[in-house]
Amino acid sequence: MLDLLPIAAPALPLDEAGKYVAGAYVVFLVLIVVYVAIMAAKLQRIERELRELAGFAETRSNGDQAAPEPEKASADV
Amino acid sequence: MYGKGLKPLSIATVAALALSLSLVFFYAPLDADQGFVQKIFYLHVPLAIVALLGFVAGGVFAIAHLRSGDSKWDAYSYVSIHMSVIFGVAVLITGAIWAKASWGHWWVWDEPTLVSFLIVFLMYATYYPFRYAIEDRDRQARYASVFAITAGAFVPLNFMAVRMAESLVHPRTFATAEGGLPAEMMLTFLVSLGATGLLWTTLVKFELTAKSASGQLKRLRRALDAPPSGGSSRVAPEVS
Repeated sequence: MLDLLPIAAPALPLDEAGKYVAGAYVVFLVLIVVYVAIMAAKLQRIERELRELAGFAETRSNGDQAAPEPEKASADV
Repeated sequence: MYGKGLKPLSIATVAALALSLSLVFFYAPLDADQGFVQKIFYLHVPLAIVALLGFVAGGVFAIAHLRSGDSKWDAYSYVSIHMSVIFGVAVLITGAIWAKASWGHWWVWDEPTLVSFLIVFLMYATYYPFRYAIEDRDRQARYASVFAITAGAFVPLNFMAVRMAESLVHPRTFATAEGGLPAEMMLTFLVSLGATGLLWTTLVKFELTAKSASGQLKRLRRALDAPPSGGSSRVAPEVS
């Protein structure tokens, strides 16, 4: 029965076939767009974490520079 | 390191995809048997070929990982398989749409090409739970490599078995005995295949670049002894 399918199913008219062709290409496009959107979200997270780390490193280096001063002050007293 | 050359590669991919779509809709002749529906062929078949080659590439990278012990190859293998699984989803959906348009059914269970691709896809779908079930990174990478090699070897064997199986339902793309594809269709198909291959390569490179940036960020965080952020804790391969 299945062997006869291609013979039994003639070419669809353009208006009917167009829906299927558009559907296939749109599915592909949607998959790519979803993937790129997920990757963009990941990159945004990396960027945010990088900013946090830069802020953390700056705070720490400022803290290191500021730390000796109280010692000096206490030594003077 | 992985981001080098990503921009020209992305531009080449977009150009190749645009050329491929132009050829599909404005150059390739309509198929005498299937008519306009056959245009799905230029999307579905290259996606299937690239996905299967990607699975094999994942196995080859896994061999390199087991031979060298370099985690870079494990990342290549993981990303290749990951991208091929995504392409596999597209293959199954576009194939179902084509089947519905051509045969009147979304799926035909006694068609070896369809079922064998589904088996390969489902086999690779188990790669993720298999991989993430192992906590230790080294063991995880080794076991995942063994999986990738075994499954990668299964892909060409499966392909050959299907080619040897006699079937009149699913068309044979390169059946030259009855004339094969006309020159215009073959050119369009080859350009589509090249464009799909470029897309796969670009996305693999993109994913590796993101993984590399994420891995370097974690190393920087450890080096600075900074508190962890609320990011993902999934045990994915790290690349530097």
